[in-house]
Amino acid sequence: MKPPVLQYHRPSTVDEALELLADAGPDGKVLAGGQSLVPLLNMRLAAPGRLVDVNRLAPLAFVRTGPDAVRVGALARHADTLSQATLPLLREATGCVAHAAIRNRGTTVGSLVHADPAAEMPAVLALLSGSVVLASTSGRRTVPAAEFFLGALASAARPGELATEAVFPLPPPRTGTAWLELSRRAGDYALCGVGVLVTLDEDRRVARLRAAYSGVGDAPVALDLTGPAAGQPHDAVDWAAVGALASAGVHPGDDIHATAAYRRHLAGVLTARAGRMAAVRAVARA
Amino acid sequence: MPEELFDVNLTVNGVPETARVPARRLLSDFLRHDLGHTGTHVGCEHGVCGACTVLVDGRPVRSCLLLAVSVDGAEVTTVEGCRAPDGGLGPVQQAFWDCHGLQCGFCTPGFVTTITAYLREHPDPTAADAREAIGGNLCRCTGYQNIVASVLRAATLIRESP
Repeated sequence: MKPPVLQYHRPSTVDEALELLADAGPDGKVLAGGQSLVPLLNMRLAAPGRLVDVNRLAPLAFVRTGPDAVRVGALARHADTLSQATLPLLREATGCVAHAAIRNRGTTVGSLVHADPAAEMPAVLALLSGSVVLASTSGRRTVPAAEFFLGALASAARPGELATEAVFPLPPPRTGTAWLELSRRAGDYALCGVGVLVTLDEDRRVARLRAAYSGVGDAPVALDLTGPAAGQPHDAVDWAAVGALASAGVHPGDDIHATAAYRRHLAGVLTARAGRMAAVRAVARA
Repeated sequence: MPEELFDVNLTVNGVPETARVPARRLLSDFLRHDLGHTGTHVGCEHGVCGACTVLVDGRPVRSCLLLAVSVDGAEVTTVEGCRAPDGGLGPVQQAFWDCHGLQCGFCTPGFVTTITAYLREHPDPTAADAREAIGGNLCRCTGYQNIVASVLRAATLIRESP
């Protein structure tokens, strides 16, 4: 099908975009990459009265590495993040986002705002305790990941707000990360995706073990799994116990793609595999 | 109130073209209906099948997931632009011919554009690479074996061309 009749605006500055969004209120919708929005328009599942196309806001097309974080602007495509982000977890997960044709247009920040619980970026932001910067005519606010994802396809971005950038904090020293997911076909939404972050102490023992999941809830699920691994040498972690804790910690539903029990099983298996990888990588960063 | 219209200027296969269309005109429909480039096929119209894939500024994208007005000023390459300079079959098209890479042909334009862009950056793919490269394109006739063979054949043809 085709998108419904809509009013279209193509601002050339961020301020102009914010004025337009303020004026449109709940009737307004931001168009960046459009790789989730345009299908919804085509299927008439979304019918925003006014579309504010931000594709001309070139200053928002950036991927920057600072001392503490990688900052990804609203117009950075997945392909830009994949080639420019100096954060291994972000690159590894971005490589799993859909297909090249989608990554060439879809944006990292758009994926966060869309807040699909099966998508990679929300889980990555949650794992790194990152944040999203939201701008409006009344100012800017920075919303941490834990408060940004409100439910399936629901983020904290309000009418009139433009997500200008996402902040992915760099992990501490002696930390390794890994992203793994299982999908029925490369590029499809994964049945379950997991990012694991392992921080070792100076004796290469596990000090901290965290994981975040896609596909197993209405929003990304972040878990602290340090318990069964605490103090264990990096190469002798009881990964079966870690996986069991992960399985117990997620509460997925059934759908046509997989049962809840299978998704819980996957969460455990993938956590153990990704955990092993992350621990090895943490040693390399020790 | 009549729908507002926008002038959209594109360079399609090297030729400047323009049309005045509503904002909601998809790039796929803009190419087919407004400019008459019917080589670009529309399958699912929600980004899943890949039949409508074209190159925008050299990179493959789903033309059904873009508003034409949003890419005003871009350079677009469609399957018609993947032909040889003499108007005959381009290397990817020739490879599909050689390897029987199509049956009904509906999905083929999306494969040809996708593979053309892929081989520019990956001139010597393995069979596994080729399968990954076409992962975003659906074909309901061939079972993909011959399309994978076509990717490898096209790579050979391009490498051997002067």
